[in-house]
Amino acid sequence: MTTIQDSIPEAGPAEALPSGATLLQIGLVAAGLVIAFGLVPSLASDYWLSSIIIPTVVMGLAGISLNLLQGYAGLVSLGSAAFMAVGAFSAYNLILRVPGLPLPAVLLLAGLIAAVVGVFFGLPALRIKGFYLAASTLGAQFFFPWLFTNYPWFSNNSQSLTISAPRLEFLGYDLQSPLGRYLLVATVTALLIGLAFLVVRSRLGREWMAIRDMETAASVLGIRVARRKLQAYAVSSFFLGITGVLWGFAYLGTADAHTYNLDKSFQILFIVLIGGTATIFGNFLGAAFIVLTPILLDHVVLAANIAYLSDQGAITNLQRVIFGAIIIFILIKEPDGLSAWIRRGVGALRARLGR
Amino acid sequence: MAYFLETLIAGLFAGLMYGLVAIGFVLIYKASGVFNFAQGAMVFLAALVFVTLVEHGANFWVAFALTSGLMVLTAVAVEALVLRPLRNRDPLTLFMATLGLSFVIDGAAQFFLGTDVHMLDLGIDDIAEDYGGLFISWFDIVASLIVVALVAVLGIVFSRTRMGVSLRAVADDTLAAQSIGIRLPVIWRIVWSVAGVVALVAGLLWGARQGVQFSLSLVTLKALPVLIIGGFSSIPGAIVGGLIVGASEALADIYLGPLVDGSVSTWFAYILAVAFLLVRPAGLFGDRDIERV
Repeated sequence: MTTIQDSIPEAGPAEALPSGATLLQIGLVAAGLVIAFGLVPSLASDYWLSSIIIPTVVMGLAGISLNLLQGYAGLVSLGSAAFMAVGAFSAYNLILRVPGLPLPAVLLLAGLIAAVVGVFFGLPALRIKGFYLAASTLGAQFFFPWLFTNYPWFSNNSQSLTISAPRLEFLGYDLQSPLGRYLLVATVTALLIGLAFLVVRSRLGREWMAIRDMETAASVLGIRVARRKLQAYAVSSFFLGITGVLWGFAYLGTADAHTYNLDKSFQILFIVLIGGTATIFGNFLGAAFIVLTPILLDHVVLAANIAYLSDQGAITNLQRVIFGAIIIFILIKEPDGLSAWIRRGVGALRARLGR
Repeated sequence: MAYFLETLIAGLFAGLMYGLVAIGFVLIYKASGVFNFAQGAMVFLAALVFVTLVEHGANFWVAFALTSGLMVLTAVAVEALVLRPLRNRDPLTLFMATLGLSFVIDGAAQFFLGTDVHMLDLGIDDIAEDYGGLFISWFDIVASLIVVALVAVLGIVFSRTRMGVSLRAVADDTLAAQSIGIRLPVIWRIVWSVAGVVALVAGLLWGARQGVQFSLSLVTLKALPVLIIGGFSSIPGAIVGGLIVGASEALADIYLGPLVDGSVSTWFAYILAVAFLLVRPAGLFGDRDIERV
């Protein structure tokens, strides 16, 4: 069952003349790589890198992780942050207890551990469907912070129960600077985006979508629904585990179990819905929204000079109101999420190029 | 044994509160299929408005009437600004919208009324008294009676009044209900108003026990396991589910807690709910089948 899309070579001026659409795709990918590894590192200041770009990219990756589960396989999770926590705490303990393990191996193993945990909490999906499934992932969301705070072993018996980033280095290159951390995040993200595209365009991804759209029909077609659902939890949690490591070590530097709380899970859910379900790049728009809105609101407060009117608590609450209202507004006005903007943009570009 | 019973009773009381919040969910879920995350924020809003009014000298009934009025206004606004534009959208989108709504409600409540913890005195003594070796607070007894009365009133309203019958028709088959002329927006406004008043009662009882503060809003999170155990569409189920969750949580804390060196009450309810889902997916009293594989 190979679709036409799959038989088109991914890159290079291959055998046949590639169509305009493929050229456009290749062009966009190349442009993305140039921006991510050429323009951003040379133009962005340290402040932009460490306070805006890194969190946006990592949260976008978290959005992709949940989108694989929710947008493509149609399964619900309210506990994404718990799997991020599993990844971060696994990585911390791997580095601590297995000396000399290179960074890529740490990331990979942390992702795999999170994947195993994800499969375990996905087991109820074999019996129940729909929103009720949220119960088990919500359970994970409360269980893991409890586990990591209740047993100080996980944070190496540190008094504050926090885990601090190890020295980030790869092949002798120091990745501690904002630029180094950005390059780490960007490289991992680029690889995972590639993996995500491979997955959703593979047989696995197509079968997820078949299950999502009509489960009965999918099982009649011979798709092994139970196995595919657990694989969805595994892949999604693998991504989330790695995302958790990046969030804790490359963005924050120091994390504890409450870094990965329910609010974070809800933020990831917002990213998916605002960015657009069953998209890859839409997640970064959603993430930009989640990261930038509070910063913008801060600036608005400063610019409007209303800080003197009331205390900081009141302003935080006002921001909460505005944030909630914007979310409702986007849900109402843009049912397909902000990725509809991308689609319109690409459509316009394609029309301009005369296909 | 007495320790066991006292823990059980304390757990049951907490469970009653879970149940009270869950009733609000059930009402809204039945009428509109929305899992209303903002129910906890509504509990908080109602309690905060009530306590502020009382602190400014309003007497109990005036404050109760004014707060109920505000909850009705909130319901009308929610129907017009959130539910109507999102009609026919998938349940997850509606859930996320109520999550946004909860930000708006508890943000607005704290923006206008402040973030202080308020003590709320309903004039009911909260001192444990000795009943044959068991210490039970008079407050617990009164609170239980209030909840029983509330459930009875809701039961009568839904089985005897025209509005209640329309609501059940909508819950049963929305399309058929619309086709015989039941106006959905009206039903939604009424149901959200009733859920708002239920939230007020829950907020008063819980606020009197632990002070009116933001944490009231978080009780929402316990509602999901309560509803899974009791069934999403049954009001008595919500109460029974609440009691089961409250009691088993309290008991697990004293018997299971020492084994794992810590309190298990943050996550125990969810594990219990998943266990229930696997055995009895529709919940104890649910009539709507939960899809299962």
